[in-house]
Amino acid sequence: MEDVVNAVVLVTNFLVVPATAYGCQLALGALGVTLVYGVLRFSNFAQGETMSFGAMVTILFTWLLQSWGVGLGPLPTALLALPVGMGVTAGLCLLTDRWVFRFYRRTKAQPVIFLVVSVGLMFVMNGFIRFVIGPADRVFTDGTRFLLTVREFKAFTGLSEGLAIKTTQTLSLVVAVVLVVLLFWFLEKTRTGKSMRAYSDNEDLALLSGVSPEKVVAVTWLIVGALAAVAGTLYGLDKSYKPFTFLSLLLPIFAAAIVGGLGNPLGAIVGGFVVAFSEVFLTYPYRKFLAYLGPEGWRPDGLVQFLSTDYKFAISFFILVVVLLVKPTGVFSGKSS
Amino acid sequence: MSDGVEPLSVRLGRTLRRPGKTALFAAMAALICIVGLAQSWSLALAILNLCLISAIMTLGVNIQWGYAGLFNAGVMGFAALGGLAGVLVAMPPVTAAWRAGGAGVLSALVLASLATVAAVVVYRRIRHPAYRRTAVALVVVAGYFAARALFEPAVRAIEAVDPSVTGYLGGFGLPIVLSWFVGGALAAGAAWAAGKISLGLRADYLAIATLGISEIIVAFLKYEEWLARGVKNVFGLPRPVPYEVDLQNAAWFQEWAASLGVSQVDLSSIVVKLCYAGLFALVLVVLMWLSEAALRAPWGRMMRAIRDNETAAEAMGKDVTARHLQVFVLGSAVIGIAGAMLATLDGQFTPTTYHPLRFTFLIWVMVIVGGSGNNWGAVLGGFVVWYFWVEAEPMGLWLMDFITSPLSADSPVRSHLMESAAHMRLVVMGLLLLLVLRFAPGGLIPEERR
Amino acid sequence: MSFLVGEDLTGGYGGPDILQGCAIAAERREITVVVGPNGAGKSTAMRALFGMLKLRSGKVRLDGEDITALAPQARARKGMGFVPQTDNVFRSMTVQENLEMGAFVRDDDISDTLEEVYGLFPALKDKRRQPAGELSGGQRQQVAIGRALMNRPRVLMLDEPSAGVSPIVSHELFERILDIARGGVAILIVEQNARQALELADKGYVLVQGRNRFTGTGAALLGNPEVRKSFLGG
Ligand SMILES: Nc1ncnc2c1ncn2[C@@H]1O[C@H](COP(=O)(O)OP(=O)(O)OP(=O)(O)O)[C@@H](O)[C@H]1O
Ligand SMILES: [Mg+2]
Repeated sequence: MEDVVNAVVLVTNFLVVPATAYGCQLALGALGVTLVYGVLRFSNFAQGETMSFGAMVTILFTWLLQSWGVGLGPLPTALLALPVGMGVTAGLCLLTDRWVFRFYRRTKAQPVIFLVVSVGLMFVMNGFIRFVIGPADRVFTDGTRFLLTVREFKAFTGLSEGLAIKTTQTLSLVVAVVLVVLLFWFLEKTRTGKSMRAYSDNEDLALLSGVSPEKVVAVTWLIVGALAAVAGTLYGLDKSYKPFTFLSLLLPIFAAAIVGGLGNPLGAIVGGFVVAFSEVFLTYPYRKFLAYLGPEGWRPDGLVQFLSTDYKFAISFFILVVVLLVKPTGVFSGKSS
Repeated sequence: MSDGVEPLSVRLGRTLRRPGKTALFAAMAALICIVGLAQSWSLALAILNLCLISAIMTLGVNIQWGYAGLFNAGVMGFAALGGLAGVLVAMPPVTAAWRAGGAGVLSALVLASLATVAAVVVYRRIRHPAYRRTAVALVVVAGYFAARALFEPAVRAIEAVDPSVTGYLGGFGLPIVLSWFVGGALAAGAAWAAGKISLGLRADYLAIATLGISEIIVAFLKYEEWLARGVKNVFGLPRPVPYEVDLQNAAWFQEWAASLGVSQVDLSSIVVKLCYAGLFALVLVVLMWLSEAALRAPWGRMMRAIRDNETAAEAMGKDVTARHLQVFVLGSAVIGIAGAMLATLDGQFTPTTYHPLRFTFLIWVMVIVGGSGNNWGAVLGGFVVWYFWVEAEPMGLWLMDFITSPLSADSPVRSHLMESAAHMRLVVMGLLLLLVLRFAPGGLIPEERR
Repeated sequence: MSFLVGEDLTGGYGGPDILQGCAIAAERREITVVVGPNGAGKSTAMRALFGMLKLRSGKVRLDGEDITALAPQARARKGMGFVPQTDNVFRSMTVQENLEMGAFVRDDDISDTLEEVYGLFPALKDKRRQPAGELSGGQRQQVAIGRALMNRPRVLMLDEPSAGVSPIVSHELFERILDIARGGVAILIVEQNARQALELADKGYVLVQGRNRFTGTGAALLGNPEVRKSFLGG
């Protein structure tokens, strides 16, 4: 019996907790992609870099706060800097919309042109970010590292397996839940939120109902920028911040958004967790887990790993392929055209 | 036809506004000559060789984007497959590795193919959707684990064979020029798979699928050491042209150098690079001729008709998805060829050098700047952008040095800016792409409307 | 001068001109009907009146004011309502939300208008929490008209409101439209079901290839043998 409990704790510690935190980060990122898609009707390749930019601003401001000796005690100082990061990133999104995307919206360019433009923007931002903060790895987490340590857990339960929960993991979950609740309240209950949904549902009809497209677009960018900054910062807090990683985050984020159905916010959240859990569960070596469940003293020969961690993002791709083959509009039926 | 009637001033005005392609290519040649005169001819030829390869890659992307409006975000992966072809074709086989694990790897591959076939058969045979899904999943999972059970010990055995030098299966020991064809074929195969999945859906899906496939290809090449040594790299790919040392040792060459009055080392390096340039130029000319012929043929006209109005073309009974798949595979093959040529020129295969900035993004800048839809424009774009990409590094450093000169030499701001100057190159390229798209969407040599 | 006037409307979707100088006018408290063969440009003319088409020339006036340069959302604020021929509901939004979107430009209390619309289309009241995309064609058409009414329009433009609706419902729909007209609204209807529509019409237009072919009172058009032969099937 105790072995079974140990196995469950093992899985919780190495799989469920990290996957939940990662899922929250992906979900916030995918929300950005899906909102832009719903309202502006293109897949924004610059989303990863927008997240990176938000994290960068937050880090810079965190350093400033730290140099002043301002902190949040057990919580990371970055939490205090986050609103600044959100604001600046939202402002950047507005600016890029004005300077880059608006022209193509006015000329009613094809979606694929928007795509190419967003790729150009992605590289400008990537270069700019590395210019400002450099390509190196940055750790900016401070405060208490763990909410629950392995030692505390073992002492409390008397089990041989430990369970640790990092402050940043809890923070990811709490912040993501708060923001998602806020976002859905905004979309469902407020006038502006409803006009955003209406515009995304049927652009022409929204126009003749009196919705101003420029306002909807501006609000969308504000939200996308703020969410991206949070997603990037949470990811950076949980792992570490490195400008290059955001390029490879693009694939899981797109996979999450497409799984849920592009343009569907609820789908993006579910998609984020589907991708995160698949990535973590399929690359975990189950050797120790099976040893707990099998007969006494038995151990599987190999690592019992479905796929090497080197191919982590291949999983997002396979999920993507399966969805494209089986149901291209996504599980929650987003837009297909 | 109206040439005789038009006043000279009008013609002159038009030429000034929109320089002809001859003038543009002449200017490009002059730029390369400037490097030759100011820096060195060997450097100028090195730039020229990479310009030629870039031009071919750009031609491939132009076939996809310019002819058909398909956005390929995975140029990097297709180029990397070309590089892999260089290893597989030209390196000598490692017999010890084949003996240790060749059979295991091959049987694992056969098993995997059998499992795929079985999955397809099961899918076709079983009608009930719920059973069908479970059965297919079971076949796939069982096949995967069975193949891996054969594969893993074989890979371990192969990688154990003299790991510091080989540790991989090696290639077929054939002339490396053959790899250019094989590289094209490998890239075409990958493109077929990516296209089959994502074409016919919205345009974004192709971009995302190619992005994914290219990342997976590069990861595969990095981690599968049994295949091409992964991050341990393969050095010393055989050359299609003479080696410098051999030339320097040849009596006729020594005499020739003496008669010209240049050092043997310089001359040998220039001769070798010229040989490469000749080979690459030949490939470029052939591909260019084929592309132009295709563009003029009814096939090209149909492709453009589809690009300009997909719905109308579909209504006229054209199978848009099949045409798109065709053009996507062709373009990727050309990219694969260029990738193989690049590995040939480098003489080595280093998977870590395949970076999306260098291989996907830069090629896109080349196409857009050169002129999407126009083969000449694409080629010119390849030349111009590569030239400035290489020369921007010294220019950028010089510029930064100049801008920050008021700051003291040990100022942290200055040293940060100097260190970061290299990243600005990327910003400049991105801005170039955005500005050209916005203000001169035709590029340097716009598409001819015919 | 009529309440809503479109004069010399000329323009299209970027290609050839679909509208070639057609003119349409509607009066308050009256029903104006536009009929014509498929592809005549009836829907295009409606879009032009609402500012959703780039006009090469022509003017649109509302209550004497030139609104040619106004964007659609500004025309909605001026009290124009439009029910397009297709895609005329927000499919992912509930019936109630669709109606609320109809009142988007209003700042006052909308609950009375909401009750009025539910009174007009009682079937919608039971379905108020259901996404409009899940309704039947006829119910969807009611949502579409209700959405336009929520703005308390002074002009209501309807593009084939009876399409895909059973004869009984269609009859009822026209009854409602008559009610709305009596309330002081200028109504402009495009109809495929020309005979039924012209019977109600105070004024009718026959549009062919982007031009006015016949104009007159509903009764006059019904009585015109040429119109009957070519457009009313004898
Ligand atoms: N969005 C569009 N883009 C381009 N052409 C269009 C568009 N909508 C309509 N057309 C063209 O404009 C012409 C007139 O179309 P319109 O929809 O106005 O006709 P209609 O009189 O409303 O016909 P129906 O009775 O079938 O509704 C047609 O030839 C059509 O092909
Ligand atoms: Mg119509």
